[in-house]
Amino acid sequence: MSQTDTAVIDREWKRYALGERIARFVVYLALVAAVVLSIRTVEVIPDFILDAPEQIADLLRRMWPPDVASYPQEIHAALLDSLHIATVGTVLGVMMALPFGFLAARNVTPWAWLNWLARLVLISTRSINTLVFALFFVAVFGPGALAGTLAIAFHSIGFVGRLFSEALENTSPGPIEALRAAGAPGASVISFGYWPQVSPAFWSLVLFRWDINVRESIVLGLVGAGGVGMALDNALNLFQWNRVAMVLLAILGVVIAAEVAVTYIRKKII
Amino acid sequence: MGAPVNWPARIAWLVFALYFAYALSHLQLTPARFIAGLDFGYKFLAKLFPPDFQRWELLLKGLKESLEIAILASVLGLIISLPVSLLAARNLMPAWVTWPARMLMVVCRSFHPVIIAILFVKAVGFGALAGILALTVASLGFLGKLFTEAIEEISLKQVEAVRATGAPFMSVIAFGVAPQVFSRFIGFASYELDSNLRNSTMVGIVGAGGIGGTLFAAFQRFDYDFVCAIILSIIGMIIVGEVLTHVVKKVFRA
Repeated sequence: MSQTDTAVIDREWKRYALGERIARFVVYLALVAAVVLSIRTVEVIPDFILDAPEQIADLLRRMWPPDVASYPQEIHAALLDSLHIATVGTVLGVMMALPFGFLAARNVTPWAWLNWLARLVLISTRSINTLVFALFFVAVFGPGALAGTLAIAFHSIGFVGRLFSEALENTSPGPIEALRAAGAPGASVISFGYWPQVSPAFWSLVLFRWDINVRESIVLGLVGAGGVGMALDNALNLFQWNRVAMVLLAILGVVIAAEVAVTYIRKKII
Repeated sequence: MGAPVNWPARIAWLVFALYFAYALSHLQLTPARFIAGLDFGYKFLAKLFPPDFQRWELLLKGLKESLEIAILASVLGLIISLPVSLLAARNLMPAWVTWPARMLMVVCRSFHPVIIAILFVKAVGFGALAGILALTVASLGFLGKLFTEAIEEISLKQVEAVRATGAPFMSVIAFGVAPQVFSRFIGFASYELDSNLRNSTMVGIVGAGGIGGTLFAAFQRFDYDFVCAIILSIIGMIIVGEVLTHVVKKVFRA
């Protein structure tokens, strides 16, 4: 064999093409630059960092033992309120999200301007945090569970609607075309063509959202929107650390129970 | 139609409907209250517009601090969750190691970042440090869980091949495990950066730094046109962040 033949074989093998390597390098560089810039400009007092472990240990010492007696008095009812807010908020949110999900799916709604309009609603409700919605609704409806429930519902629209429209767009067009060809009206096309194909995805994302909403409903009380967050806020403002610890333990229990319940129901129905 | 009636499902639905009605009445969610609020809501919306960007320096300062909190918390969370998720992977570690690591991640994940932020504000004082620490804890919970699941799904053939050469533990991780999970890790990490960016705009409500403090203060002063400006800028920043993470995921095919 001549020299030129082996030159092709001897060339070093590289896993990625040049363009890919440059793109990755740029990402790494940007990341390092962002971290260095953040460290240099963020306003953190170094003494506080050194002092942090001691302060956290002190906080934990004050919290122990948890004030178990306070649970039946004021925590239990507030915790149940949080769960009610999460559930009702999820149901309302899903009901509002469904139409936008259908409108945002390109294969269900053939008008591009409607797709974009629906997508704008989904993006903006997803980008406004539950707490911001809660601040709004507390200002409009006054403090209490109504504000919290609506905050949960509105923030859920974007999440549920987006994932639902993606599930709709991933359906197979076969059954739908068959129904259309048979002259089925729009409602029948949705309930017999789309729905059977998307229902597993739908139930699983509703359960997932409920799980998230249980966690979110707990903080709502901090801005006066009902639930166990208000009990937490009271205890914090009065520096009753043992009571704070009890609220945190109760929250931990509920959140873990919700996660277990969601896993169980998901296995049962899907 | 001949489909058999699914009685357990029907009963479950009935129970849920009854519960829903109970919850509605218990929380006093009545249409009357809703309608009474609507009128006020309309006035409120009118006060929000037009947004007032006059104090853009304050706005920019808050946004910058939120961004810094998000970046530092994501990097710290990533650094901590890599070893913890290795310890929590059932296919690599014995049960007495995985349980404590898993418990740690469950506790970190169970609390909303804002609640963790309150505790850190009490511990290390007001400011960005509390926000960074709070979001680091939250990142450890989520990244740790996702990383652990990814590690548990790898093919053990390559790990055994590397082990069979007599490679030490760190080499098994570097050449047997890491190449299999790298691109998924990038995807999870950019998702977490995205989610930290959202939450870093909120931890300020409890005094842990970032734009949230400015937002909350403007709300309490009924400075609603500034509130509107802040919210619009937060949405803008989040959308830019989403686009950027999308680009990063494309580069790494995650």
